[in-house]
Amino acid sequence: MNWALNNPNPEEKEPTTTTQSSDFYHLGAKDSSQKPRKIDFWRSGLMGFAKMQHSVAVKMNNGNNNEQVGNKKGSTFIQEHRALLPKGLILWTIIVGFISRGIYQWMDDTSKVRREEVLVSMCDQRARMLQDQFSVSVNHVHALAILVSTFHYHKNPSAIDQVVNAEREMFESQHNWVIKTMDTGEPSPVRDEYAPVIFSQDSVSYLESLDMMSGEEDRENILRARETGKAVLTSPFRLLASHHLGVVLTFPVYKASLPKNPTVQERIAATAGYLGGAFDVESLVENLLGQLAGNQAIVVHVYDITNASDPLVMYGNQDEEGDTSLYHESKLDFGDPFRKHKMICRYLQKAPIPLNVLTTVPLFFAIGFLVGYILYGAAVHIVKVEDDFHEMQELKVRAEAADVAKSQFLATVSHEIRTPMNGILGMLAMLLDTELSSTQRDYAQTAQVCGKALIALINEVLDRAKIEAGKLELESVPFDIRSILDDVLSLFSEESRNKGIELAVFVSDKFTEKGHIFVKVHLAEQSKDGAESKPALNGGVASEDITAASKPSSYNTLSGYEAADGRNSWDSFKHLLSSEELLTSSEFEASSNVRLMVSIEDTGIGIPLTAQGRVFMPFMQADSSTSRTYGGTGIGLSISKCLVELMRGQISFVSRPRVGSTFWFTAVFERCDKCSLKKPTVENLPSSFRGMRAIVVDAKPVRAAVTRYHMKRLGISVDVMTSLRTAVSTASGRNGSPLPSGTTKLDMILVEKDSWISTEDIDAEIRQMNSRTNGNVHHKTPKLALFATNITNSEFDRAKSAGFADTVIMKPLRASMIGACLQQVLELRKARQQHPEGSSPATLKSLLTGKKILVVDDNMVNRRVAAGALKKFGAEVVCAESGQVALGLLQIPHSFDACFMDIQMPQMDGFEATRQIRMMEKEAKEKTKLEWHLPILAMTADVIHATYEECLKSGMDGYVSKPFEEENLYKSVAKSFKANPISDSSCSQS
Amino acid sequence: MELVQMQKSLQDYTKSLFLDGVLDSQFLQLQQLQDESNPDFVSQVVTLFFQDSDRILNDLSLSLDQQVVDFKKVDPHVHQLKGSSSSIGAQRVKNACVVFRSFCEQQNVEGCHRCLQQVKKEYYLVKNRLETLFKLEQQIVASGGMIPAMELGF
Repeated sequence: MNWALNNPNPEEKEPTTTTQSSDFYHLGAKDSSQKPRKIDFWRSGLMGFAKMQHSVAVKMNNGNNNEQVGNKKGSTFIQEHRALLPKGLILWTIIVGFISRGIYQWMDDTSKVRREEVLVSMCDQRARMLQDQFSVSVNHVHALAILVSTFHYHKNPSAIDQVVNAEREMFESQHNWVIKTMDTGEPSPVRDEYAPVIFSQDSVSYLESLDMMSGEEDRENILRARETGKAVLTSPFRLLASHHLGVVLTFPVYKASLPKNPTVQERIAATAGYLGGAFDVESLVENLLGQLAGNQAIVVHVYDITNASDPLVMYGNQDEEGDTSLYHESKLDFGDPFRKHKMICRYLQKAPIPLNVLTTVPLFFAIGFLVGYILYGAAVHIVKVEDDFHEMQELKVRAEAADVAKSQFLATVSHEIRTPMNGILGMLAMLLDTELSSTQRDYAQTAQVCGKALIALINEVLDRAKIEAGKLELESVPFDIRSILDDVLSLFSEESRNKGIELAVFVSDKFTEKGHIFVKVHLAEQSKDGAESKPALNGGVASEDITAASKPSSYNTLSGYEAADGRNSWDSFKHLLSSEELLTSSEFEASSNVRLMVSIEDTGIGIPLTAQGRVFMPFMQADSSTSRTYGGTGIGLSISKCLVELMRGQISFVSRPRVGSTFWFTAVFERCDKCSLKKPTVENLPSSFRGMRAIVVDAKPVRAAVTRYHMKRLGISVDVMTSLRTAVSTASGRNGSPLPSGTTKLDMILVEKDSWISTEDIDAEIRQMNSRTNGNVHHKTPKLALFATNITNSEFDRAKSAGFADTVIMKPLRASMIGACLQQVLELRKARQQHPEGSSPATLKSLLTGKKILVVDDNMVNRRVAAGALKKFGAEVVCAESGQVALGLLQIPHSFDACFMDIQMPQMDGFEATRQIRMMEKEAKEKTKLEWHLPILAMTADVIHATYEECLKSGMDGYVSKPFEEENLYKSVAKSFKANPISDSSCSQS
Repeated sequence: MELVQMQKSLQDYTKSLFLDGVLDSQFLQLQQLQDESNPDFVSQVVTLFFQDSDRILNDLSLSLDQQVVDFKKVDPHVHQLKGSSSSIGAQRVKNACVVFRSFCEQQNVEGCHRCLQQVKKEYYLVKNRLETLFKLEQQIVASGGMIPAMELGF
C-alpha cells in the first residue's frame, strides 16, 4: 500500500494523541491545503501544550496569591476555543474527503495513462501491420502490372487498352460484347473514352465488359493513374456485388514508347491500358485483427481522410462506438501520396475502476476520519480534564481560603472576647475587694476563676491561630538559658510547692564551652504524695499523678520514682555528661548555630498508648474525661509543636502509662557573638560566694547533681555525700584536725530534708558539732541549711532546734534564690548591698556616667522616677514637662547626650516633638555643616511592635518600657549610644 | 532588741504590701534607686505621687460630675494616673485605671463613676499603707537602725 508512504499529512504518523489534539485543532481551524503551514501549526500546537504545563507549574508554586491569575492563565488554547471543536472535526472530515478524492483522481489518472499507452501501442501495431499488408498487396499488383505490360508487347491489338470512342465498334466486335456502364449494366452511351474490363479473375467475372470509366471513382482514378504513372487508390466505396467497403488500386500500363521524363500529355498518349486491383478493406482488416491478441477489447476504425472535413469510413462499424473517452489515431500510408488514411482505435468497454483504488480510497478516508475523531475525542477529553482540574483548583483555593478565614475568625473572635473579658475580670477583682458575704465571695471567686480560665483558653486559641495564619514571627534575641529556665521554674514553683512535687532544672556545664546543651527539667513526685492532680509543664497536657503505691523506690531518678524514658535514667545522664567532654571544641566552633535539646520528665499517669498518636493534634486530649477532670483545651502541645518547628526543631515524647512521660524537643539557636547582654557565664548572681566550699547531703545522685549545678553557678564548689552522718563527722573531724585552716575551709553543709528526716538521732550530733566549734574564732562553724520542697511547722521547729539555720531553702532550686537564702544564712547582706563588680548597674554606669540627659514627661511622678533612675547611673539629668519645653532646651547647639521622651503627652506628643527636633538638626546641618544627632529614646508603657515602628518612623532611636527596668534600659541605651563612642574613663574601670 | 523587733515588723509589713498586691516589683526598683547620695528618694517620689494623684482625682471627680461628661478630658487624667501609679508600683491603682480607661473608651458614665470610686479606694489604701511604711522606717532610722532591704525570691 504505497499510499501510506506518500501520505501528505505528516501528523498522521505522530503517535501521541495528546499533543495531536491541539494540532488537530489547528489543522481543523485553518485552511490546510499547504503542507509547510501544517507543520507549523503542529509545532505551535506543541508549544501551546507546553505553555499550559508551564502555567500550571506557576500556579502550584505561587499558591493562593495568584489563583485568579492562574485560572486565567491556566486555560489553554484548546479550552479557549472549545466551541470550535465540532466544527474542526467537520472541517477535518471534509479535508480528508478532498484528499481521498485527490488520491482517487491521481490513481485514476495513472491507470488511464497506462491504458492509453496500451491503446497507443496496440493501435500503432495494428496500423503498422495493416500498412505492411497493404503494401504487400500493392507490390503484387505492381508485379502483375509489369507482367501484363510484358504480355501486352507481344499482342496486337493489345490485350489491355484504353478505348477511344472511334475504336468502340471495332473493339466491341472484337470481344463480342458491348461496353456496359457500371451502374446499370446497360450498354454504355457514347463517350469519348472507355475503359472496359477485358479480363478479370473468375471470382469477379461479372466485371467483364463493364466500363470502368463510367464509375465516378474509377474514372477519376484511371485519369489520375495514367497522369502520374503510379499506382493510385480510390476513396473507399462499396464494391460491386460484395457490397463490402473497399478501395481500388489502379495502375497504368504504358506503351513501350514512353519517353524519359514524359509530360502528362505524353503519358496520356502513351497509355495502353490499366490494371486494377480491388481491395476489400473490411475483410483485409478483419483478417489482420483476427491474428492479433486482445482483439476483442479494442475497436478499430479506418478512415480515408483525403478530404479532411469529410472522413470516409473504410473499416469499422459506425454504430460500434466503444469507449468514446479514449482513442488513438495512427497514420496509415498505403503508398498513394494523394490519399491520406488513418486508423482510430478505441477500447470496446469503458475502463473499469481498479480494485486497489476501490479499496485504498475508502480505507484512507476511514483512517483519516478515525484519526480526526480520535483527536477530537482527545481534545474533548483534555477540555474536560482541564475543566475538572480548574474546578478542583478553585475548590482547593476555596478550601484554603476557608482555612485562613477560620484562623482569622478565631483570632478576631478571641480578640473581641478578650477586650470585654478584661472588663469583667477587672470588675470581679474590684467586687472581691468590697465587703462581701462569704457566699457572695464564693460566687465572685468562682466567676473570676472561670473568667481567667476563659482568658487562658482564648490566649491559647489566639496563639494557635496566629501560628497557623503565619503571623507569628520569631525574633532573635540574646538570652541566657539558665536565667530563662530559672524564670520558667519560678512560674511553676508555687504550684509545685503546693503539691509537694519536686521540680528541678539542670543545664549542662559544657554549654558555654562546647555548645552541646543538655537541659533537663525534672518534674517528679515526692515520695509522700498520694493521688493528686497537676497540670503538666509547658504545654497543657493534662497528666495525673496516681502513683502506684507498690512502686519500688530504687529508681535512680530525681524523686526516686521510675521515669518513662530511659534517657533520663542515671546511667544515660552520666553518659551524656561524659560524652559532652568528648566533643571537640573545634567541631562546635565551626557552626554558628547551637542545637539545644530540652527534655522534661515527669511521673504520673502517663499518656494512654491509644492517645499517644494524637497528642500533638490541636483540641485533642487523651480522652474526654481527662479534660473534664483536669481542664485545659488540649491546644498547648500543638502550639508547642508549631513553635518548635518554627525554631527548626523537633518535638517528641516517650510515655508509659502509670509511670510518667518524658517530653523532649530540640531547637536551633544562633550564637550570639557580640552579646549585648552581660556575659552569659557571669550571670546576674551575687559573686560573694566565690571560692566557698560546701557539702551537699543527698542520697539521690540526680537530685544532688542538680543542686551541685546551681551551687556551681554561684561559684561554690560542692562535695556530695550520701549520708548526713558522714558529712557531720567529716565536718567535725576536719575542724578538729590540725590541718591549717583556709585550705580546707568548709563553709556550709546543705542537707536535703529527706536525708535529714531519714537519719535517726542525728540532731544531737549536729548540735554537738555546732557547740564544739562555737567560740573557735579561727574555725568558723560550717553553716547548716536544709533543702525542702515543703516543710511543716513541726519539722521546721525541730530543724531549728537541731541547729539548722533559720532559712530553709525552698525548692525548686534557682541559683538566685539559693544565693539570697545563703546570704541570709551567712549574713552576707552587707556585701550584697554594694553592687558586685560585673553586674549590670556598673555597666550601665559606664555608659551613662557624665552624660547629660534630657527627660521629657508630663507626668511629674514618672519624670521624678526616670530622673532618679538615670541619676543613679551617674547621668546628669535635666527635666522638661512638655514637648515645647524640650524643644526650647534642645535648640542647637546644646550639650545633651540623649533624650528620653514620653510618647503620650498633651499638646505635643513624643512623636511630634521628635520630628521637630530632627527637623532642627537637619536645618543646623545645612547651615553649619555639622552633623547633629541626639539619641532620642521613647518611654512608653505599651511595648507593642507597632508602637516601636512608629517610634522609628518619627526619628527615634529606640524605646525603653516604662517603668524602667535596668536590663531593658541598658539594652536600649547601649544600642543608641553605639553610634557615639564613649570616651569615658569609667569604662576602663569595669 | 526593740530595733530588731521594729525591723522585723517593717519587713513583715512590707511583705504584706506585696502579698496583698498593693505594690509590685516596681516599688522594689524604686527602693534600689535610693542610696547615700539620694537618701529620701522613695519618699520624695511617693510624696510627688500623692500630690499629683490628689490633684488628678480632684479633676476627675469634677469632670465626671459635669452634666455632659467630656471623655476626652477624662481619659488623659486617667492615663496620667495610670502612668504615675505604675511608676511607683501601686499595682492595684494601676489595674483600676486600666478598667477605668476601658470604660472611658466605651463612654460609659456609670462605669466611670464606679471606677473612680474604685480608684479612689485603691489610692487611699496605698496611700495609707505607704504612709504607715514610711512612719515605720522613720522610727527605725530615728532609733539608729538600718532599714532592711526587701527580700528577693518570692
